Amino acid sequence: MLRIGTACGSGLGSSFMVQMNIEQILNELGVDQSQVEVEHYDMGSVSPDSADVWFVAADLAEAASHLGDVRILNSIIDMDELKEKVTALAEEKGLI
Amino acid sequence: MNNFLQVIIDIASNPALLVALIAILGLVLQKKNISDIVKGGVKTFVGFIVLTTGADAVVKALEPFGGMFQEAFNMQGVVPNNEAIVAVALNDYGTTTAIIMLLGMVFNILIARLTKFKYIFLTGHHTLYMAAMIAVILAVVGFDTWQLLILGGLTLGIIMTISPAIVQPFMRQLTGKDQIALGHFSAATYALSGWIGSKVGNKEKSTEDIKFPKGLGFLRDSTVSIALTMAVIYIIVALFAGGAYVTENFSGGVNHVMYAAQQAGTFAAGVFVILAGVRLILAEIVPAFKGISQKLVPNAKPALDCPIVFTYAPNAVLIGFFASFVGGLVSMIVMAFTGGVIILPGVVPHFFVGATAGVIGNASGGIRGSVIGSFVNGIAISFLPVFLLPVLGDLGFAGTTFSDADFALSGLFLGTLGSSGGKIAVIIGIAAVLIAMFAATFMSKDKKQAA
Repeated sequence: MLRIGTACGSGLGSSFMVQMNIEQILNELGVDQSQVEVEHYDMGSVSPDSADVWFVAADLAEAASHLGDVRILNSIIDMDELKEKVTALAEEKGLI
Repeated sequence: MNNFLQVIIDIASNPALLVALIAILGLVLQKKNISDIVKGGVKTFVGFIVLTTGADAVVKALEPFGGMFQEAFNMQGVVPNNEAIVAVALNDYGTTTAIIMLLGMVFNILIARLTKFKYIFLTGHHTLYMAAMIAVILAVVGFDTWQLLILGGLTLGIIMTISPAIVQPFMRQLTGKDQIALGHFSAATYALSGWIGSKVGNKEKSTEDIKFPKGLGFLRDSTVSIALTMAVIYIIVALFAGGAYVTENFSGGVNHVMYAAQQAGTFAAGVFVILAGVRLILAEIVPAFKGISQKLVPNAKPALDCPIVFTYAPNAVLIGFFASFVGGLVSMIVMAFTGGVIILPGVVPHFFVGATAGVIGNASGGIRGSVIGSFVNGIAISFLPVFLLPVLGDLGFAGTTFSDADFALSGLFLGTLGSSGGKIAVIIGIAAVLIAMFAATFMSKDKKQAA
């Protein structure tokens, strides 16, 4: 099971939104729901073992560098960028 | 029959159960399977209890603050923090808040569908906080049960639709597109910052051209910044109140500085727990709201939480925070001289609201726009709460209050109408706004048809 994590400053608004968008994209790609889990966190309570892959906004790149596999998003509202990166991840992990 | 009714009433009076039912409703409407419905319902139920647990800690941490501040400076000290004031509000208004929030979302969808203000407000925690404030203010004005809930829901729906609309011109300027809106209840100061930037700024000189030190990233961690700033504030107050006063009245012998630091930490811990609870509650409700609104108002723009703009200008985020905070400090000093109530700078609002004002000010007016826009924003969010306090009833004495501009402005609108003309005035006021929104919609339709 691939665990994807999103993180933001408050753990409420933007990380949640990115989580919902990732879930939507995974749905569109036809990824099996039981193979992936997406959760959102706040930067204060994240640890590298909360997830296997992280999606974080560019302005938090420094703060998230200790989390391991981090995919940086230049814009957290650009669905095209997110779709590109999620698709790449799904292909990498053999989910599609 | 009576027993059944009693059960319904008991469920309705239990906010945790109520929000769980709202989540379940949302899941059922989305045709989720039983396992998802049960999981979502239980998570939401527990989430609310987590929230109240955090709320208890925050209330406890703030209790000594008022007394200590009064002793130290002979004034009422207030630290604006949304989570904290909502914690206090939910004690007595939990159920009302939950229902107003649900109705607010319903009215948001209706208004977005029927008027030209096609915005769906997806920042769940702000919806929750605004619902709490509306619950309190309308109760203070004198409304009860049905009127309170329906009017409250309608008011919330209106605010959820108008707030993003106010900032949208500046969001278009910032993002270069018209597809995303800002859902954060300080639209008034964001629009103000954008306007100031356009008047006094120079778009060519952006904040992003400056080289910024990297070490300030810790400010993005709310828990750390709240704990640090509350500790500074609390310790200063304890020092001025005097060791004897604190040990006699509050700490039971513990050294006053240690006690102050402990209270500050408890406050930060409480806010952390509240946020965890809010996250659990919204985890099912927001996606349901998003899904349903997408079906009913497909051409609506989602209004999203303020960090969506931070990636556009990361330097402006920090500049905006500092400028806003300085504005808060200056306001505090001015208030110290006028006496009465003193609003201490709340680090969370100055960070999130100041940062957003900074980014928008940069988009319209470069460095100058960013700095001046956020500075003015800082002053606004310091003075506006002063006028809000009197209409909050007992909540006005909680030592904390709502921190963002739209809360204060909406609260003032409702509260002032209420105290000058009672319930009728409030109803007329809300109806007037709604009529204006429909009028604006018909007028723009006419223009389109004429063209």
